[in-house]
Amino acid sequence: MRTDTQPRAPVLLAVTVIVSFFMIAPMLLSVMAGLVNNYSTGLESGLTLRWLKEVWEVYGGTVGWSLVLAVACVAATVVLGVPCAYAIARSKSRAARIFEELLTLPVAVPGLATALALILAYGQISAFRQSFAFILVGHIVFTLPFMVRTVASAFQRHDLVALEEAARTLGATFRQRFMGILVPAVFPAIVAGSLMVFTLSVGEFNLTWMLHTPLTRTLPVGLADSYASMRLEVGSAYTLVFFIVILPVLWGLQSLAHLLQKRHGT
Amino acid sequence: MELERIPVDIDNVSKTYADGTIGLQPTSLHVEPGEVLALLGPSGCGKTTLLRLIAGLETLDDGGRIRFGDQDVTQKPVEQRGVGMVFQSYALFPQMSVAANIGYGLRIRGVSNADEQRTVGELVDLVRLNGLENKRPSELSGGQRQRVALARAVAVRPRVLLLDEPLAALDAKLKESLRDELAELLRRLHITAIHVTHDQQEAMAIADRLAVMRAGRIVQIGRGEDLYRSPSHPFVAEFLGRVNRIERSQESIMDGSIVFGGTAIACPSAWMNHTTLLLRPEDVQVGPRDGAGFGTSGWGVAQVRQRTFLGDRVQLRLAVDGQPALLADVSRDTPFRVGDDVGIRMHPDRLMTSQEEIAP
Repeated sequence: MRTDTQPRAPVLLAVTVIVSFFMIAPMLLSVMAGLVNNYSTGLESGLTLRWLKEVWEVYGGTVGWSLVLAVACVAATVVLGVPCAYAIARSKSRAARIFEELLTLPVAVPGLATALALILAYGQISAFRQSFAFILVGHIVFTLPFMVRTVASAFQRHDLVALEEAARTLGATFRQRFMGILVPAVFPAIVAGSLMVFTLSVGEFNLTWMLHTPLTRTLPVGLADSYASMRLEVGSAYTLVFFIVILPVLWGLQSLAHLLQKRHGT
Repeated sequence: MELERIPVDIDNVSKTYADGTIGLQPTSLHVEPGEVLALLGPSGCGKTTLLRLIAGLETLDDGGRIRFGDQDVTQKPVEQRGVGMVFQSYALFPQMSVAANIGYGLRIRGVSNADEQRTVGELVDLVRLNGLENKRPSELSGGQRQRVALARAVAVRPRVLLLDEPLAALDAKLKESLRDELAELLRRLHITAIHVTHDQQEAMAIADRLAVMRAGRIVQIGRGEDLYRSPSHPFVAEFLGRVNRIERSQESIMDGSIVFGGTAIACPSAWMNHTTLLLRPEDVQVGPRDGAGFGTSGWGVAQVRQRTFLGDRVQLRLAVDGQPALLADVSRDTPFRVGDDVGIRMHPDRLMTSQEEIAP
């Protein structure tokens, strides 16, 4: 039988309810706006899927591209970030510390500035500039520190240093111990980092808005477009599309990550 | 499992860290083939540094040499030295099963699956882990993990086995039984082994010889029993067990005696000039004040100041005329209480040197 050891706190409960309602109300209103015929008359104008269909026809492509970009971004940050995290974790030099700070800079610097710098440096290469690869590079620059920091702190753990030494005494070459011992040991951190990178990449707007072309649009950029140029109902329907597409993917990834972490946990 | 047995020679090996700290003073050491040698000392004495230098996990200062048998391994990286190492934390690979852990060294050498399985099976029998082959390290007890670590280290048929505080992670009760088990296993493997520990009982139980270290130096090397009975340095005496310091005044040095509790005995001739001698508490004989033989050879008077019951024995703190307080270990049935006057005697052949001589 469950016994309450804590006295009830009506004030705290009231605060929680009010704050929660305050935060959820805009989401509900926005979703509703995407489903009614006319927002100014409200629910009385009747429900419709017209706006959703319209959004899907115009911006459906951005959903796929956003997901592809996010997956590519995760793959790239794993390939680049994990060895980089190892190097940073094992290096005692000051240069490594400075490098780590530099790596984190794009998170602090507004995305617009980072994007402008990318355009100045590589904007002349038009095939690159006009492809999704250009946006992908921006996303990698922005998300890499999240992967590197998460994985580097896992590499720094004392027991991992001992694991590596144990593998060395058993005769493992660097490649063998990196792929066979270290990466599996930090796998939960890599999963956590990947989840973070995926989420950030899907929602990234700042950089992407500067880097995109009319032919390379992601979901958030499309969202901004529709808000700016279409009816309120279309914009709201777009938000609904975002929810419908992204939430299940995020939930799926979360539970996958949870499962993997449980299996690989030490 | 038959393993190669080679001698290990350490010649003028020292270690200075990047920040200038000296981890190990120039040290030379010879380990016989098949011998188990313990490096014993308090933390920071350089024992782990020496072990890691032998393993190749640290680089030594210029001028030193390490030889395994007739091969100079000074420049060889750890991967090619052919050592097996048991770490203090065991460092078992958490994502691998017991069998996969033990077979790891063989697998990366490209040994065939069948051969790997045969060797792993043999080792699982040897360290008695049958039935646990498919468990993860996190599902094992401390003692089982230690045995996996040992099996993994010897699976690759190392030439030298290195053990870094292999029992430190275990609780006191378990430690004692695993200590004897480890000693027995090492005898059965009959491999040249170097064992680092700060626990003198562990060292004496496991090793054939002990090298007692302090401040980056080996102070004395020898069999445990010899070091305990006749240490060449007071640090060794104190580290291997408890000791009393027996003081000698100027007069007693002049007439070659040791004075305590109203009596005097002859000082052993070798240490005539020493101002302090050492005596272990179990070598202080305590008897009734007016018992048989009292008043004759060598019995002095003392008073019991403190009585500590330790289960298997009683420790008495005695106030003795002309000496600092003495500790004496007596049987647990001793009738003496705090405040009693007792007779005490010391055997001259149990006295140990402290190396503290008066200036000639």
